[in-house]
Amino acid sequence: MIYSELKIFEEILKITKEENLLLLACNGCAEVCKVSDDKSISEIEEKLKTNGKKIKRIIKIDFMCNKNLIVRKLSRFINDFSDNFGILVFSCGIGVQCVSNVIEKPIYPATNTIYLGGFQGLWPGEERCAECGMCYLGITGGICPITFCTKQLINGPCGGTNNGKCEIDSEKDCGWALIYEKLKRIEKLEILKEYQEPRNYKLCEPTGKIRKKIFYDVDKNEEL
Amino acid sequence: MEISKLQKKLNEGKFVITSEIGPGKGTNLEFLKEADELKDKVDAINVTDLQSSVMRLGSLATCHLLIERGFEPIFQITCRDRNRLALQSDLLSAYVLGIRNVLCLTGDHPILGDHPESKPVFDLDSVSLLKVASMLMEGKDMKGNQLDGSPHFFLGAVVSPGYEPLELQIIKMEKKIEAGAKFFQTQAVYDLKKFEEFMKKVEKYKVPILGGIVLLKSAGMAKYMNENVAGVSVPDRYIEMMAKAKKEDRVKVSLQIGAELIKGMKGMCQGVHIMPLGWDKYVPELLSLSNLI
Repeated sequence: MIYSELKIFEEILKITKEENLLLLACNGCAEVCKVSDDKSISEIEEKLKTNGKKIKRIIKIDFMCNKNLIVRKLSRFINDFSDNFGILVFSCGIGVQCVSNVIEKPIYPATNTIYLGGFQGLWPGEERCAECGMCYLGITGGICPITFCTKQLINGPCGGTNNGKCEIDSEKDCGWALIYEKLKRIEKLEILKEYQEPRNYKLCEPTGKIRKKIFYDVDKNEEL
Repeated sequence: MEISKLQKKLNEGKFVITSEIGPGKGTNLEFLKEADELKDKVDAINVTDLQSSVMRLGSLATCHLLIERGFEPIFQITCRDRNRLALQSDLLSAYVLGIRNVLCLTGDHPILGDHPESKPVFDLDSVSLLKVASMLMEGKDMKGNQLDGSPHFFLGAVVSPGYEPLELQIIKMEKKIEAGAKFFQTQAVYDLKKFEEFMKKVEKYKVPILGGIVLLKSAGMAKYMNENVAGVSVPDRYIEMMAKAKKEDRVKVSLQIGAELIKGMKGMCQGVHIMPLGWDKYVPELLSLSNLI
């Protein structure tokens, strides 16, 4: 199971640039972690509305790590995707990346993924989550700078990008070249200009309490 | 407080010349003789920080030795090997050792060097390093803790005018300026037209730019750079000139090309940064051919 926590509301508000939002919630691990259960979603929905956002729809998907499910489900609502429209995703970092991979719209994570403990061996695609505890997917068009950039840079590419490839491997895409292309396509290039503070590595180390919770949940099926 | 002469000269609007040396692998200080070739010919000398991710004598100590020999160094500091504590501490150390010019870089990945198994650090990046250095100058560490005595630096950064897509490179350049970069040195330039277009796009920032010059040693080197070095494209004309030159004339032709580039750049930017890659002894002749001395 992948353990995630809700971002603080102020951060969610800061990263979601659009007025119209679709809330997309995963019914899998994130629901168990209580970041995408009905109560959490409706609380965030209310706060977003209070802050002038229009919630166009709330959609639940059983497993956000399954791109097929995302495409099939969202294709029914394609007409909702108007201008000034973004998707706020309540799932782990993998789920957010999967949505970004199949939908060319601004996508923002509502959570930070902090632990992959007890993960069941299913890894559905090229998306990787580093459990960094401070999800950057909202500022990178849904492409993870921690797992896609060899140097894990958060303020843009290094000088080593050569024809869109990484300096350490001419067959490996430069994560920042991908991020640039994506942000350009969804017309959000201005996000790249924002300064990102150095990462907080404290968040990479899940507390003993969390580790225990997860292992108990997976192995002993006790209450979280 | 001794201020950077490089900064002073740029402030006065004078065209500046910087060059570069790479410390050796070991304690032999013979390489400092390379610098002696540049005495009174250049305004400041960059000292690379474990260039190409190869373990060597450090940039900080070498900068200090240069100061003792009467040179003004530019301390290159990368984020590859040190976390935020060590970076801040080394910046303070640099200041007390008399270093005033600092060039902040992200750094090459360690996989490219001679210790490919090492842990890549990159705790900060070039932008956050500039920001942290600016904070130290304001008397605080990056956590806001008060310093007992603060450094004053002339902070620089790098930019690659041939980078594709250029828009992305300029966004990063803008971030570096906002974080405190006061001058830029560029990746090697061989295409003056492209460089001029780049300069037009960035002149609005009013930050001095020193165009990068790397002397071609052979046609093979030019081809290699075209294939492997990001943002560098040597035009066919120069490759042909190098290929046609007889072995004994190669240096002459290389210097001619270098001088052509420098003369071309002179009206476009605020200085040149010459990376001789071991050919330091030819730098005085290059400068003379370029009518700079």
